[in-house]
Amino acid sequence: MSVAIEKQKIVRLRPRRASDSRARAIREVKEMTARLILAGSALFSIFTTLLIVGVLLYESSTFFAEVPLSRFLLATTWGPQYTPPQFGIWALVSATLVTTAIALLVALPIGTVVAVFLSEFAPFWVRETIKPSLELLSAVPTIVYGYFALAWVSPALQTFIPTLPGSNLLCAGLVMGIMIVPYISSLSEDAMRSVPMLLREGSYALGGNKLTTAWNVVIPSALSGIGAAYILGISRAIGETMIVAVAGGNIPKFTLNPLDEAQTITANIVTTSGGDPAHGTIEYQSLFAAGLALFVMTLAFNIFGYLLRRRYHQAY
Amino acid sequence: MSDIAKIIAYRKRQDWLFSGLGLLCMAIGIATLIALLATLAYEGLPHLTWRFLTSNSSSIPERAGILTAIVGTLYVIAVTFVVAVPLGVAAAIYLEEYAGKNWLTNLIEINISNLAGVPSIIYGLTALSLFGVVFHLHRTVLVGGMTLALLVLPIIIVATREALRAIPSAIREAAYAAGATKWQTIWYHLLPYSLGGIATGTIIAMSRAIGETAPLLVIGAAGYISRLPPPPISSAPPFLSFAWLNSAFTVLPMQMYNWTADANPALQSRAATTGLVLIMLTLSINAAAIALRYRVRQKLKW
Repeated sequence: MSVAIEKQKIVRLRPRRASDSRARAIREVKEMTARLILAGSALFSIFTTLLIVGVLLYESSTFFAEVPLSRFLLATTWGPQYTPPQFGIWALVSATLVTTAIALLVALPIGTVVAVFLSEFAPFWVRETIKPSLELLSAVPTIVYGYFALAWVSPALQTFIPTLPGSNLLCAGLVMGIMIVPYISSLSEDAMRSVPMLLREGSYALGGNKLTTAWNVVIPSALSGIGAAYILGISRAIGETMIVAVAGGNIPKFTLNPLDEAQTITANIVTTSGGDPAHGTIEYQSLFAAGLALFVMTLAFNIFGYLLRRRYHQAY
Repeated sequence: MSDIAKIIAYRKRQDWLFSGLGLLCMAIGIATLIALLATLAYEGLPHLTWRFLTSNSSSIPERAGILTAIVGTLYVIAVTFVVAVPLGVAAAIYLEEYAGKNWLTNLIEINISNLAGVPSIIYGLTALSLFGVVFHLHRTVLVGGMTLALLVLPIIIVATREALRAIPSAIREAAYAAGATKWQTIWYHLLPYSLGGIATGTIIAMSRAIGETAPLLVIGAAGYISRLPPPPISSAPPFLSFAWLNSAFTVLPMQMYNWTADANPALQSRAATTGLVLIMLTLSINAAAIALRYRVRQKLKW
């Protein structure tokens, strides 16, 4: 069946004026300007990344012209002041790995248990009161955490381990772990809460209690979100600077012993730049080589974490 | 007791045990926070006097104060605010309201999420190389503020996007039906309605910027400044002066780091006092943000 559409007569409420088209033109220019400015701001973030990558590559290219890449990647001694200067990144990477590992040993279990508790067990009022106070942990400036690690945690540890030096990787790693608990717990909790209620009810109907439901249903369903939280926690631990710079010991050496004092990549960068090396010296350029190593390590984790997080957002 | 009753009792006990474990884990976090505050208070509170807050920095413990650091923090945060908020809000509006689903949008999203995870020290290195070599002004308030602005930009973008996404599409459709253009809809409707969320995100971003040390340390901000930067208001017309943008500066966390590393124990306890001021500042700012978020959530009923 076809309906004949009558050509409608356009009824004008008032006669067309010359100013109408001008007003429309102005409005369209305004719309375009707004759009362009907003798009420019969004593109600015890409510009920032290009800037970071460009600067790191440019500055470290002069570094790698003098220090062969193989000596940078394979050696385990870091000492710009030695003759000849030594730039083995493993001296710094080892300390970074140790502090990151300690931090994760603290943060992953605590963060996960807190997330399960808040998402599955806690009554509404507990969640509303305790969660914000836990979030305050991420509001503490990292330099304050560093001071705390040096002034309180380290002496406290020394009462158990008398041979411990005043600054060591252990106290820095422990405090860093507490610092990243809120990042892990809040992201994992988000993921767990986005698991549909139906799945839980299925488990309850089969006689599951809260714990077995959490373990067998909620955690597997929220796995990609929890994984994203873990990975962002790792990236945060690798990049954390002030705690390790203040409490880690700041001596570049290859060690995997948490009771030792050593220097992470980040601590090395702040200490070297704090010494204000002259522009163009090998010491100045080594900052950027170390920075590049750090950037590459975190970039991989960041992108992987993003992809995982996007997956759980799409899942339900 | 029958088998089924035993199983039920066992399962209930499991739940109770795990609840206890959960509370214990949260207690560890909160106990750390309390221990941290107590350590700072024990070492630092005796020196927290009006004189300490209003004196310039000094290497003599009895005369040392944090006025230069407080003023420096205010200046740097002002720059950060002015740069980061418009840029972040604009980028969020574009991504939420304009951007189509294509590879470019995808790239921008991955990129912002990566920028949020880039270690803060990398931003410092970038600024050091860029402004130090090209312009020779890497130690100024302007560069410090801009570096922190880049650092907190992702926080503002994410918060603004969440606020915009919470506005139902019916609001947009109603505005279009009344003849509003896209920009008019955004300016007269979406922005006012998302203001609470944007403000919360901005406050958290500023608190993060206040506590940040590493990038400023890398660009070479001073740990010790004995004179105040020039004031923004001058006595002669035009009464506004921007000389402070180009002056050297220190901020509270820098001052704290400098004193923590000092060999003199009297100055180390001044680090605790500085930390006490700093943590009071960031904790109260964050508490304000949490309260604001709570009120926004209560008020909004679509």
